[in-house]
Amino acid sequence: MRYITYLVIGTFFGIIMFKSEAASWFRIYEMFQFGSFHMYGIIGSALVLGVIGIQVIKRKNIKPLNGSEMSLQPKNKSVARYLIGGIIFGLGWALAGVCPGPIYVLIGAGFPSILIVLIGALFGTFLYGMIKDRLPH
Amino acid sequence: MDLIYEPWPWYVAGPLIALVMFVLLLVGKQFGMSSNLRTACAAVGAGKASEFFKFDWKAERWNLMVVLGAILGGFIASTYLSENTVNINSEIAQQLSDDYNIKSAGQAYLPTEIFAAENLANPLNIAILLIGGILVGFGARYAGGCTSGHAISGLSNLQLPSLIAVIGFFIGGLVMIHLLYPIIF
Repeated sequence: MRYITYLVIGTFFGIIMFKSEAASWFRIYEMFQFGSFHMYGIIGSALVLGVIGIQVIKRKNIKPLNGSEMSLQPKNKSVARYLIGGIIFGLGWALAGVCPGPIYVLIGAGFPSILIVLIGALFGTFLYGMIKDRLPH
Repeated sequence: MDLIYEPWPWYVAGPLIALVMFVLLLVGKQFGMSSNLRTACAAVGAGKASEFFKFDWKAERWNLMVVLGAILGGFIASTYLSENTVNINSEIAQQLSDDYNIKSAGQAYLPTEIFAAENLANPLNIAILLIGGILVGFGARYAGGCTSGHAISGLSNLQLPSLIAVIGFFIGGLVMIHLLYPIIF
C-alpha cells in the first residue's frame, strides 16, 4: 500500500515535469540563454512556497503522518564538494539537456535515446562511488 | 480540456512541485530525484566494489517506486495530455537554427537532431548523451543532490550548501552553453 503512495507521487511529478516542459532540452537551453522567465518562474515559485511551508512546519513542529521526524536535517558544511560537484552537474545538465527527474519522465514519454543518458548517469554515480575518497569534500 | 492540453505555465508547475515536496515530507521522505541512481547501483551489487554502495538499499526502495511513477507520468502526459511540441523564445529558436542547425524548436519536445533514434548513428550524438549522463550522475552524487534535492528541497530549507551547489549548477550550465557548445556543435 505504501508503495502505491510513492508510485502516485512519482506519476504526479512526472506529469508536472512533462507538461511544464521542464523535461524539455529546449527549455533548459533557453534558460541558460536567459531567453525566458519560464524555468526561473517554476523554480522560483516552488521555492517561495517551499520556504514558507518549511518555516510553518518547523514553527508548528508538524510531524509526518507516521509520527517520525521530518527529513529536514541540515546538510554537511563544505564548499568544495558542493561547488565542484555542482559545476560538474551543471555541465552535464546543459550538455544532455536533462537532469535526473526528467530522465525517467522522458523514458516514459518514449525517447529511447534517453536510455543512453541514464546509462551514463548510472555509470557516473558508480564512478563517484569508486573514487570519492580521493576527491576533496 | 485546452487548459490541460496546453503547456502548463510556471505559476501552475512551480506550486505543484512544491506540493510534491510537501507530500513527500508528510510521508517522512525527502524530495530528490538523483539518490535513486545510487540505490539502483547498490541493488545490482555495486556494494562489492565500493563501500559507498554498501547500505540497506531495500530501505530506499520507495525512491525506485517514485522513479517508476515518473516513467508512468511521462507516458501518460506525452500520450494523452500533450501536443509534444515545445515553443521557446523565437530569437533563441532562430539562434539554434543559425548557429547549430537545430531546427526542431516548435516542432518537437526534444531536438530531433540530437535525440531522434535515426540520428543515433552519429557518434557525436551518442557521445553527447553518454558524457552528459556521466557528468549528471557523477556531479549529482559529488554535490549530494540535483536540481530537486538542492534547488528545491535544500534551498527551501535555507541550506547554504544547497545555495553553493545551485551556483555551481549555473556556472557549469553557463560554461557549457556559452563556451563549450560553439566548440561541440
